[in-house]
Amino acid sequence: MLSRLKRATVENELLYLFLRKPLAQLALFVATMLIAGAFLANWIAPTNPYDLTSFDLLDSLIPPAWTETGDARFILGTDDQGRDLLSAILYGARLSLLVGLTSIAFASVLGVSVGITAGYLGGRFDAIVMRIADIQLSLPAILTALLIDGVARGLFPGAMHDELMIVVLTVAIGLSLWVNFARTARASTFVEKNKEYVQAAEIMGQHPLRIMLVQILPNILGPIMVILAIDLAVAILLEATLSFLGVGVPANQPSLGTLIRIGTEYLFSGEWWIVIFPSLTLIVLIVSVNILGDFLRDALNPRLR
Amino acid sequence: MISYVARRLLQSVFVMLAVSLIAFTLFRFVGDPIAQMVGQETSLEDQARLRSEMGLNDPLITQYGRFVKNLATGEFGFSYRTRQPIGEMILSRLPATLELGFVSLLISLLLGIPAGIYTALNKDGFISNSILVATLVGVSVPTFVIGIFLIYLFGVTLGWLPTFGRGEVVEIGWWKTNLLTLDGWRSLILPALTLGVYQVTLTMRLIRSEMLEVLRTDYIKFAVARGIDYRTVHYRHALKNTMVPVITIIGLQFGGIIAFSIVTESVFQWPGMGLLFLDSIRYVDIPVMSVYLVLIALIFVVINLMVDLLYAVIDPRVRLKG
Repeated sequence: MLSRLKRATVENELLYLFLRKPLAQLALFVATMLIAGAFLANWIAPTNPYDLTSFDLLDSLIPPAWTETGDARFILGTDDQGRDLLSAILYGARLSLLVGLTSIAFASVLGVSVGITAGYLGGRFDAIVMRIADIQLSLPAILTALLIDGVARGLFPGAMHDELMIVVLTVAIGLSLWVNFARTARASTFVEKNKEYVQAAEIMGQHPLRIMLVQILPNILGPIMVILAIDLAVAILLEATLSFLGVGVPANQPSLGTLIRIGTEYLFSGEWWIVIFPSLTLIVLIVSVNILGDFLRDALNPRLR
Repeated sequence: MISYVARRLLQSVFVMLAVSLIAFTLFRFVGDPIAQMVGQETSLEDQARLRSEMGLNDPLITQYGRFVKNLATGEFGFSYRTRQPIGEMILSRLPATLELGFVSLLISLLLGIPAGIYTALNKDGFISNSILVATLVGVSVPTFVIGIFLIYLFGVTLGWLPTFGRGEVVEIGWWKTNLLTLDGWRSLILPALTLGVYQVTLTMRLIRSEMLEVLRTDYIKFAVARGIDYRTVHYRHALKNTMVPVITIIGLQFGGIIAFSIVTESVFQWPGMGLLFLDSIRYVDIPVMSVYLVLIALIFVVINLMVDLLYAVIDPRVRLKG
């Protein structure tokens, strides 16, 4: 190993490994482009798909621009409402990413705080929380998310407010993914809490809360980052699936999953572009996030190298 | 061993009680059961009478006890939406989901296990790497997108296979099966493949990592050192110990299959339990949701219990530790 000396810190090590993995570089590039495209949708999308006055039913179901009957105004064609598909995809990806990122942030904060507390305090709290985690882990996340979503629909009857629907969706996905974070944080905390620096902090009389947040948390971030990257892909997947099933985001703000659901209705009549382009966007997004997650996992876990 | 079994059984009972408590809370407090059951024109006195007749004024603990007793004796109540008994609704949907799940489980094991073994033995081969890249895509592509692509390819473009429903079914008692007609099998192919793809990649990855783990152990090295040829070492010594986790895999798979059958059934309009559950969520049909929750939990608990017990039978270390 020529560069052992160079790899002194974790950051350098990550960079070093990253420069040797072309697949991870490609994935980062693609993911960055997609994320940038999605969040700049306001400025770069040709039209605003949420603005009902900006599209015309006369323009509905136009195929992509490069086909014979295509229209240069709509590069990827239009959907059944006459919406420009490229714009719809950019805005849809933005919503998908937004829900994915928020729900994973929620899941990680909840899971990590529960996990550190359980690991550090142990005892009855630990036993109860981990029992719940075990039960939930035996149910696939999609089932949990569907159930929470269903309960929320029962609790807020009538037409659910659009913003509320997105919040419910985010919470449902977050609550179905907190377990991985809690288990990882707890296991790492178990290892850390017996180390000398934690004991020193205890002898100094630091408050347990301070020890957990200031001493332990920074030292267990590595494995949590890995879960974060892997579960981000899962969160995006869950959002897409729920929206596809028609219990996700509101219909007037289509995410990628909603667009795909709308598209399937036109599959048999030959309007393939409505379903294919959002599907491809979703696949590329998830694959690139997955590759990055795999890279992080391999890079941060010395055993696998 | 007996104490281990007893402890696991007790745990399972606790889990089921916890789940039924959640289901009860759902049923009792999400929306008003009486308001759902009667029309607008029913007078308040009649509603109050119905309320006390149904025992909704009893102490909650009594109500919960009755709820559990009803569930245990198969009295699942009525759907808010269709007014049908839930037991019948689920029973009529159960065969479709079980047949779909069984066939995709078969697909995932028959494809996943050989592929896992192959990729472990030929670790850096070209074919192995191609398979591994393919599985990365398989993990990443959402189930419903796989279904849509299959429909587009085989249903729309080639026109070879039907893309919705169960096709022709044969009734054996109350069990409607589509495994006995050609049309039924043709209808089953696309949904089963859709549901199977993710499971194949999961099986393959688990078998591969397990096999790699086994190949690294001392007794394999020793067998090679003794001069036994690789075929025998791989297929006799290593494979035997790789197969132990297959039990876990089947358990895991079953969970995934039940969950993702909801998605697959929605894509292919497959008239199974998943579709029923999805409808109950869309129309806020709380009784159906809570019964489905209990039923699914029961299936999971039984499978987990069986997996754990089988493990204890096969692997003495589990018994001793537990």
